[in-house]
Amino acid sequence: MTNFVELSIAKAINAGIRKAMQDNSKVLVFGEDVARLGGVFRVTEGLLDEFGDKRIFNSPIAESGIIGTAIGLAMRGYSPVAEIQFDGFIYPAFDQIVSQLAKLTNRSEGFVDMPVVIRVPFGGGIGAVEHHSESPEAYFAHTAGLRVISPSNANDAYWMIQQAIKSRDPVLFFEPKRRYWQKGQVNLDEPPQDMHSGRILRAGTDVTIATYGPMVVTALQAAEIAASEGRSIEVIDMRSMSPIDFGLIVESVRRTGRLVVAHEASTFVSISSEVAAKITELAFYHLEAPVLRVGGFDVPYPAAKLEEKFLPDADRILEAVDRVMAY
Amino acid sequence: MTASEKDIPMVQLLSPEGDFSVPSEYAGYAEFIKELREEDFLKFYRDMARIRRFDNEATALQRQGQMGLWVPAVGQEAAQIGSGHAVGPNDHIFPSYREHGVAITHGVDLMSIIKMFRGVNHGGWNPEETRFHLYAIVLGTQVLHATGYAMGLNFDGKVGTGNKDEDLAVITYFGDGSTAEGDVSEAFLFAATHKTPQVFFCQNNQWAISSQVESQTTVPLYLRGDGFGVPGIRVDGNDVLACYAVTKKHMDDARAGLGPSMIEAFTYRMGAHTTSDDPSKYRDETEYEMWKSRDPITRFEKFLRKQGIGDEFFAEVEAAGDQLATEIREATFALQEPSIESMFNHVYSEPHPLITEQLAWLKGYEASMGGHEGAPATEGDVNYGGAR
Ligand SMILES: Cc1ncc(C[n+]2csc(CCOP(=O)(O)OP(=O)(O)O)c2C)c(N)n1
Repeated sequence: MTNFVELSIAKAINAGIRKAMQDNSKVLVFGEDVARLGGVFRVTEGLLDEFGDKRIFNSPIAESGIIGTAIGLAMRGYSPVAEIQFDGFIYPAFDQIVSQLAKLTNRSEGFVDMPVVIRVPFGGGIGAVEHHSESPEAYFAHTAGLRVISPSNANDAYWMIQQAIKSRDPVLFFEPKRRYWQKGQVNLDEPPQDMHSGRILRAGTDVTIATYGPMVVTALQAAEIAASEGRSIEVIDMRSMSPIDFGLIVESVRRTGRLVVAHEASTFVSISSEVAAKITELAFYHLEAPVLRVGGFDVPYPAAKLEEKFLPDADRILEAVDRVMAY
Repeated sequence: MTASEKDIPMVQLLSPEGDFSVPSEYAGYAEFIKELREEDFLKFYRDMARIRRFDNEATALQRQGQMGLWVPAVGQEAAQIGSGHAVGPNDHIFPSYREHGVAITHGVDLMSIIKMFRGVNHGGWNPEETRFHLYAIVLGTQVLHATGYAMGLNFDGKVGTGNKDEDLAVITYFGDGSTAEGDVSEAFLFAATHKTPQVFFCQNNQWAISSQVESQTTVPLYLRGDGFGVPGIRVDGNDVLACYAVTKKHMDDARAGLGPSMIEAFTYRMGAHTTSDDPSKYRDETEYEMWKSRDPITRFEKFLRKQGIGDEFFAEVEAAGDQLATEIREATFALQEPSIESMFNHVYSEPHPLITEQLAWLKGYEASMGGHEGAPATEGDVNYGGAR
């Protein structure tokens, strides 16, 4: 008998971290306000009472310090799970992430590994002030040595956080903050798949939409609307932005011949740029149309009153679907 | 008294009962109070009461869905109004995001602040005109900007010329939690080595969201700059006269070329961190009660009443507060929604092809969506197809 529970994405991540902390006494959780408060999104709520302040503690408000000390702790045999409070506050830690964390395994020729997880609530749609709605995943996917993933539903959230913690490599774990309260069934017994493979969430024959994180729900909505108009859309949850499961996308595009890639991040030099280039290379003879990208505009994330104009919605995805269908 | 208060010298000129007295070691600071006239005292009170009324109105507007977020400064009025009035009219101020009180001492239109937290724009005021620079949400970043600006004043020969009307200084505001950011330490070092005309004004309001100041530092914060060469002093942040006097002295010294210094204003965040925060999750009600007895506005009222200021004045201030609240409310309701163009404007100072292309695309797209303009499709309410 399989155990299923219904959890929100936030609670599923919480349960996943709890499980990882129970399974491995070397797992430590730290970051700004994660302990008593449980983080500003309550993702780590209750862990302090269960594990005590040697396993979960508040750090000073110093992101470079958070990641720098995570590196030292990893060298000492710990598995740090560091929280960056919001996407826009990861940049003070940029050097520690891209020049230190990402490179230590390579520089030590494998003598040092870096089982560090950096949890980052990311993306917009919550009406926040500046620096609280960004999608910085491409910076990290661009850096060799880092793994970059994002769950789109509670079951993946529960399992992918555990897989990330088990990984001997550094993992950037992007949490779709506007979907934190979206509920779903979680299978407590068996992981759905590994953390880097993508998944077809909806089968279709006319166009493939590949996306990840908070936009997965939006893509599914677009597919639903398109279906009502007699168009069959396949939706792929990429789940991982580095590495990318190109095989799955190629296989889908072989059937549909058309691909739209969507995310909240600005499109210039983005994850979708990479997918477009690579799929053009791998599936050139199967494509009926150029690969189109749908994303945020190449402007700073705007003030809250404008974010609905900035963020792609189902309409914007369908506009691109129209264009690929027109070829 | 909290643990961090014990045995730590702190400039206080007004007791919680509103009695003015000058400990001999702080006589130098008290000189600046002697220069003040009654109307200055009344101004301090008016501004503190005004900013609190504004703050409470902004919180109410947020609760009613008129603002995305509000960041209350309740409890910190003395630190902000006292220090703000000590800053010269041509000096420059680099705030964090809670300095609404400092803003009114420099004539910043309060609606600019409302607009930002309503989600209309990211600031958009002209810092060269107000001398009050943009709010900084990424903690500690503004402290380095202030230091760079102050270095520029040095290079421009605007410091220590002996001409009081010409010399300039910079003040920067940051919280106790922000002192942890590397940027703040780096700023101390740049400031000390360049001997910048600058005051580092740290409002220690005891909390950084849910982190108590004791968990962020083991040494009192006013000592933080010492090792870098920036001497510090602690002032009672709920005593508007002490905040004024200490800031005045240190800004004067900075302008005169005596170099940077740090002021730790010991105060309390009486409200939540922001309207998204629930302090009952992490802090004790009794602590609030203790600090309420030190309320900076009540304290100053007691002082003024002892000087013979009567009910009439306080009634007038209250009425002015009501008037302000009404004005702010009406102006908030009257705010225009930002245009699509405003999202693409000023991304660069010079034309950029990607911006031009994407703005044109979005305009065409919006036009093709017909009725959609002004009422963007939300996820639950997708109006797809009508326009196609
Ligand atoms: C670089 C950075 N990291 C994290 C945050 C999130 N954050 C916003 S306010 C805050 C606490 C700041 O405390 P303090 O400096 O004491 O100022 P206060 O809010 O109490 O005025 C935190 C952690 C941020 N804004 N910037």
